[in-house]
Amino acid sequence: MPDLLGLARRVLEKAGADEDVEVYVSHGRETSIRVFEGEIEELTAAESAGVGVRVISEGRQGFSYVGALDESAAADALVEARDNARFATIDEHSGLASPDGVAAPALHLWREELISFPTDEKVALAVALERRVRAGDSRIRQVVSSDYVDGFGETAIATSRGIEVSSRQTGCYLFVHAVAGDGDDTQTGFGYSVGRAPAELDLEVAASDAVDRATRLLGAKKAKSARVTAVLDRRVTATLLGILAGTLSGEEVVKGRSLFAGRVGEMVGVSELTLVDDPTNPLAYGASEFDAEGLACRRNALISKGELTGFLYNTYAANLAGTSSTASAVRGGFRTTPGVGAQALALEPGVSDQSEIISQVGDGFLVQSITGVHSGVNRVSGDFSVGAEGLMIRGGELAEPVREVTIASTIQRMLQHVVAIGSDIEWLPGAATGVTLAIGDIALSGS
Amino acid sequence: MEACSAACSDGSSDLAPMATADSPSTDLVSTPVLERVLHEALRRGGDFAEVFVEDRSSSSVFLDNRKVEELSSGRDRGAGIRVMVGETTGFAHTADLSEAGLLSAAEAAAAVAREGGGGVREIALVKKSSERQRVATMPSTVSKSDKVGLLLRADDAARSAGGAIAQVSAGYGDGRRRILVANSDGLLADDDRVRTRFFITCVATGDSGMQTGSESLAYTLGYEMFDEHPVEEAAAKAARRAVTKLEARPAPSGVLPIVLKRGSGGFLFHEACGHGLEADHILKDSSVYTGRVGQMVASPGVTLVDDGTFGPNWGTLAIDDEGRPTQRNVLIQDGVLTDYMWDYVRARKKGRPSSGNGRRQSYEDLPMVRMTNTYLIAGEEDPDEILAQTPKGIYVAQLGGGQVNTATGDFVFGMTEAYLIEGGRITEPLRNANLIGNGPDVLSKIDAIGNDFEMSPGTCGKDGQNVAVGCGQPTMRVTGVTIGGTASA
Repeated sequence: MPDLLGLARRVLEKAGADEDVEVYVSHGRETSIRVFEGEIEELTAAESAGVGVRVISEGRQGFSYVGALDESAAADALVEARDNARFATIDEHSGLASPDGVAAPALHLWREELISFPTDEKVALAVALERRVRAGDSRIRQVVSSDYVDGFGETAIATSRGIEVSSRQTGCYLFVHAVAGDGDDTQTGFGYSVGRAPAELDLEVAASDAVDRATRLLGAKKAKSARVTAVLDRRVTATLLGILAGTLSGEEVVKGRSLFAGRVGEMVGVSELTLVDDPTNPLAYGASEFDAEGLACRRNALISKGELTGFLYNTYAANLAGTSSTASAVRGGFRTTPGVGAQALALEPGVSDQSEIISQVGDGFLVQSITGVHSGVNRVSGDFSVGAEGLMIRGGELAEPVREVTIASTIQRMLQHVVAIGSDIEWLPGAATGVTLAIGDIALSGS
Repeated sequence: MEACSAACSDGSSDLAPMATADSPSTDLVSTPVLERVLHEALRRGGDFAEVFVEDRSSSSVFLDNRKVEELSSGRDRGAGIRVMVGETTGFAHTADLSEAGLLSAAEAAAAVAREGGGGVREIALVKKSSERQRVATMPSTVSKSDKVGLLLRADDAARSAGGAIAQVSAGYGDGRRRILVANSDGLLADDDRVRTRFFITCVATGDSGMQTGSESLAYTLGYEMFDEHPVEEAAAKAARRAVTKLEARPAPSGVLPIVLKRGSGGFLFHEACGHGLEADHILKDSSVYTGRVGQMVASPGVTLVDDGTFGPNWGTLAIDDEGRPTQRNVLIQDGVLTDYMWDYVRARKKGRPSSGNGRRQSYEDLPMVRMTNTYLIAGEEDPDEILAQTPKGIYVAQLGGGQVNTATGDFVFGMTEAYLIEGGRITEPLRNANLIGNGPDVLSKIDAIGNDFEMSPGTCGKDGQNVAVGCGQPTMRVTGVTIGGTASA
């Protein structure tokens, strides 16, 4: 393994006395296996590494990166970042994170057994998953892909403000894409299972999810337009939380680009609604010891019993807002500067599981999946309109399948019309946790 | 599930400028080294090997509320090597372009050739020449302060639209990708692609809350793009969209005819049928268009083309990322499905040539079938007449992103500028909403095609890889699409 922190330190030594410098180094390896009809279709061995350098000089920030772990190329990036800074606007709020005394959680996100897991067994898992899905139901017409993917990532950050941290983690998943057919009718379903080591993967869950999701939509028709109570499946809720995260970014708020700007202390949702971003919970796949500026991660309460309690900040957003960082700096790797984002959002679970919620709701619409989220949700106005498919709920039971409809409301209204939150927490890849969520007064548009 | 976006507003990444020297990409790795690497890749067996070398540089500037928040630049170099053994592909990539680095990646990619003993294969590479993009002003020769000045001018123009404009953010990006492709069939091809883009987002504030409007400019051109496409015009458009929507009412809910303004809805066809015509989906029987060549799949008069050679549009490229020259491919001719889009792997399986649609996001990715510039060609009707003959419906002036399920054909799309049509006239502006439909169904419901035409740029995401694409269409009407608003229709 390359010594990332050592490299970061050596680049940092080239910083001038009158400038602040941050060196972010990352390295990762990924193996990805795709199986089709029992044979390997693609086997990819990927290794990515690079260095991103941020320079702040007299309130001006510049950034540059290089896609290699090469000391002289990284030194060039420092020179280029310094030059870029010359053209930025002086901003008294720009700055690197300063150590704030918060101790990093010990999360143990590395599994040595993943590193030594043999390729043959990886292939065998993907083959078994495909076979299990094909055998799962006679209406499964195709398994488009069955994937096993694993890898690790390690990062190190060294700054002239005294931050020196490094962390690493492993992860793996199984993913399968199934097509079900019945006569002329075709539907698709995805299934997956995530873990930090192969032993944590549940092949049966991934397979049965894909089979059930594809087959239960067969025969789906467009529904009549109506006002409904929508019961969001766990993964759909995770997507919705991801959208909420964007509105709770302190940077968007302070720049007046969030519907929640100026509303701290207000009741923005029903009193059962409590939302936290907690990357210190090792069960969450977004768990992390440090944020992307090297501060120790911490639990941040965003909505408590319906009341908006705060926002997420990285150092810059915090400086803008006159507060301190919540260690919510995130970045998409060494090629970008830190932004603000949630890492492990979760709703406080309720007491009922999905089937109990369905029977409580009586009549409504179980939303299995949504589409068009990036185009259909406006984080400023709160307008929400997405494509949906799922099953109608009649008399407390799942009824006919539905496709090609939209569900619409506003984020503001949806939080005030939460009818039930499930007890069925599901830890998912990404920055949000799944849980069944029932929301009333949703406009379903169909025929 | 393919998700694509009409606005290229992700700020940085795949674009890039940099060096000035007009050196051929063949200098990235010498031909003898490439030959030795291909030889090594096939040493343990295998039918095909390919080396894709890339040198990418990019720069971007981001302006937020009149502050130059960030200047960023970066450089990536590396090679991706794939080896095919029957239906199996092995792939590995490296950022180390030395012969040792390439040989080690070749060995990793060849791990799929388990049987071994493929024998010795001599590979002699023959350089293919292709039409080169001509760049008048390399973005790397433009000073950073000029790029900052460009964004400040855009900001001024947006704010001059009136006091309702409370926020403006604008971004500039340029990118240069030099690529070199060599394969065991003896192909050796290179390309030097320069792309430049600009985007702007305005937030308007009024009694009804906040609304946003955006616009982007993106071309396979150098900095000269701004001579023909002034940022001031784009800024004014974005500002007008935000301000207009302050007065907007909720979009209706239900099925209505839509009239798509020229250039607004190309992405709808990219989603509604383009993805379903990609041969990878076809060969896995996961597209509604499988087995339908020769059949009517759209209204008469509908002709859909994918063309990687089409002017300086965003999806233009001289050769694809497998070294094959791009070409104009007619996919649907007068309503009849004529062909799919192909890359090397899928074409090989069917014993036919690639259509020049093998693309990848970077050397770190395997190529797959991708669109380039996809458009519906113009018809004969007067656009004003199409509108006048629509008693009630929705006029769509700008679409945002969309998503499609190729197996079912169901797609969804965001409307970011739309109006109500009443009595053949555009009346009130509508708030953003999604529309939803089914590809084959929408294609058969096109009942009017205008004689105008416009292209627009976008980013297409498939299997985690983003590539630049162009989309276009004339003004046209679809007789019924489900509008996902909240008001009664």
